[in-house]
Amino acid sequence: MQKSLYINADKCTGCLQCEMACSYENYGVFNPAKSRIKIFDFDHTGRKVPYTCTQCDEAWCLHACPVEAIKVDAATGAKVVLDDVCVGCKVCTIACPFGTINYVQDTGKVQKCDLCGGDPACAAACPTGAITYVDADWTGLERMKQWAAKVDNQPRA
Amino acid sequence: MAWAGKILRVDLGKGTCTSEPLNMKWARDYIGQRGLATKYFTEEVDPKVDPLSPQNKIIWATGPLTGTMASTGGRYSVITKGALTGAVACSNSGGYWGAELKMAGWDMIVFEGKSPKPVYLYIENDNAKLLDADWLWGKSVWDTEPAIKAKHQDPQIRVSCIGRAAEAGCLYAAVINDLHRAAGRSGVGTVMGSKNLKAIAVRGTKGVGNIRDPKGFMKATTEAKKVLADNAVTGQGLPKFGTQVLMNVINEIGALPTRNHRDVQFEGAKDISAEAMHQPRKTDGKPNLVTNQACFGCTIACGRISKIDETHYTVQNRPEYWGASGGLEYEAAWALGAANGVKDLEALTYANFVCNEDGFDPISFGATVGAVMELYEMGVLKKEQLGIEAPFGSAKALTYFAELTAKGEGFGKEIGLGSKRLTAKYGHPDLSMSVKGQEFPAYDSRGIQGMGLAYATSNRGACHLRGYTVASEVLGIPVKTDPLVTEGKAGLVKAFQDATAVFDSAGVCLFTSFAWTLANVQPQLATACTDEFTLEELNLIGERIWNMERDFNNRAGFSSEDDTLPKRLLTEPAKTGPAKGLTNGLDKMLPEYYQLRGWDEKGHLKPETRARLGL
Repeated sequence: MQKSLYINADKCTGCLQCEMACSYENYGVFNPAKSRIKIFDFDHTGRKVPYTCTQCDEAWCLHACPVEAIKVDAATGAKVVLDDVCVGCKVCTIACPFGTINYVQDTGKVQKCDLCGGDPACAAACPTGAITYVDADWTGLERMKQWAAKVDNQPRA
Repeated sequence: MAWAGKILRVDLGKGTCTSEPLNMKWARDYIGQRGLATKYFTEEVDPKVDPLSPQNKIIWATGPLTGTMASTGGRYSVITKGALTGAVACSNSGGYWGAELKMAGWDMIVFEGKSPKPVYLYIENDNAKLLDADWLWGKSVWDTEPAIKAKHQDPQIRVSCIGRAAEAGCLYAAVINDLHRAAGRSGVGTVMGSKNLKAIAVRGTKGVGNIRDPKGFMKATTEAKKVLADNAVTGQGLPKFGTQVLMNVINEIGALPTRNHRDVQFEGAKDISAEAMHQPRKTDGKPNLVTNQACFGCTIACGRISKIDETHYTVQNRPEYWGASGGLEYEAAWALGAANGVKDLEALTYANFVCNEDGFDPISFGATVGAVMELYEMGVLKKEQLGIEAPFGSAKALTYFAELTAKGEGFGKEIGLGSKRLTAKYGHPDLSMSVKGQEFPAYDSRGIQGMGLAYATSNRGACHLRGYTVASEVLGIPVKTDPLVTEGKAGLVKAFQDATAVFDSAGVCLFTSFAWTLANVQPQLATACTDEFTLEELNLIGERIWNMERDFNNRAGFSSEDDTLPKRLLTEPAKTGPAKGLTNGLDKMLPEYYQLRGWDEKGHLKPETRARLGL
């Protein structure tokens, strides 16, 4: 069974533990500037929104890559950048409609979320449950349950 | 390691920026942030210096845990000689700026001299330069930060800056970062302004990657986060209610200073409490509180984000104040509210917004307005000079004064001097509710006796963040003590003061200490930095930092005579509540405290104390 990152922005406090966990997992350093997940803080509304790659089935980045440096991880469904193949042409960064694949100056390659091979560090680090890793077919389950709870079907005494 | 190992020295007179290696001996002896920067400061600055002269220096400092995955590891402090107090000043802030400085590869920035014209410091990793700030001078904090981001075409820059209050000479001007996080007290912003330094803009992309024992560190920080999550205060109370969780509690025990400390209970407390912030308003059906918010790395998330009722008199037809921004913390709600007898939650929120917008301390401001209102009711200050009728309880006077103080206009210029200078000017110095020139925070020491000693001996003037015995006397953390007695408080105050100095030097937030003791901080520091940071060593370092600050103040001219409280708290008994009939018993605690500290009767360090602490 494949799983997906499920993001509930209402629970995000903007602590950036996810960004540090991501950079630590991938580069061994606490550094939001190298994180593949990003928290957006919309000052005037008080909203904080975590944002990262959704792992499109027909991934624009993968199809745009001229050297086939982006492959599908069969186990997790993640679209994974192969560093030894990527030439840093950045066409994928143009192709991605969501901006979630980006160039890294230090390496000369692009980077994107690869779901940490099936155990995403961001979800493990999130203190509020704003980022969870759930059954890919049931990312709507939590919201369904919230609405289901509103159904008033208790028998009247 | 976890220290960046590098400090930036900025000579504002010459306009130069120089990199220096961090003094690792001092880092080992003083950890970082408050302790380490104060060590640099006290070594380099003459204690007698005029705080607003070019000879004063001002330091922005991070701790070794700043910018790491340690919970709340995003703190920084601003260290200088305080404009309000003339004592050593160290104001601590959260938000994201501190971590950004560390990620750029710097432990601290030391500013010396004075720039001949307005400048701001721009740091992009190793590169630092002073840039012209003529175009920013006269702008509020809320206009300065977006202007700098736009100029550099980089929305990810973090900004620590002053607003118009500091430019206008308000003596309790704050340094504000991320729009509404403040290094708030003692006038550190005033010192920044006196140097023609408008802002420090930082972009750091290097990160923190030099943890001594990464695996051990991840284990230690994960365990410490669980302690915070499982604790009732840090896991539930603070995220839901913020520090405002205290308003009704402190009022009930008769320790909520009201109307310039005339009373110890406020009939309007419930109207300005955390619970009130959650209540839907009658006007628009929405609560004042929009959400809670974390600072960098914080798994508590006590920050308040509020919206003002758009129909409220303060913001009618002023959509620039309709957005969500930093809401009321307990100290601000008290100072703007109970201290003045004002119970209009929206007015308090607006005054708080103005304090953030133009960078001044809501505690000293609110408490000074309390003194003004008392002088008004006594007939000493008149409507003609104030520009408004100002009896206790007047929300309109409060918000009017906030607007004036923000820009140093009208009577706001005098309110910006703080209560000590203002009450002295009008012949009633006893009405200043302050110690060493700094106004009290939100705990009346007649109802919480230990806080009287903590205030009287605080190295930066009256303050709740130097020895928060409220934790023990009211909340029972780590053990419950009786708030109405003086016995045992000398030792309690000393223990809190010393431990707090370590929290403030590590790079983590003091609020973790509702759940953590130094035993929880120690493994994080040891795995990040050096295994020489044992629990015993941290306790000693805390005591060393406290005494270093004290020694600087002594050399600046402070002595035992300044370790006192306003007459009102020593002679006028509390009128109501559990502390009814009590004054503060400072004289019963102070001699024992000096003895425990190893100070002589004048409050100076004895030679053996110096030797024991390596000072």
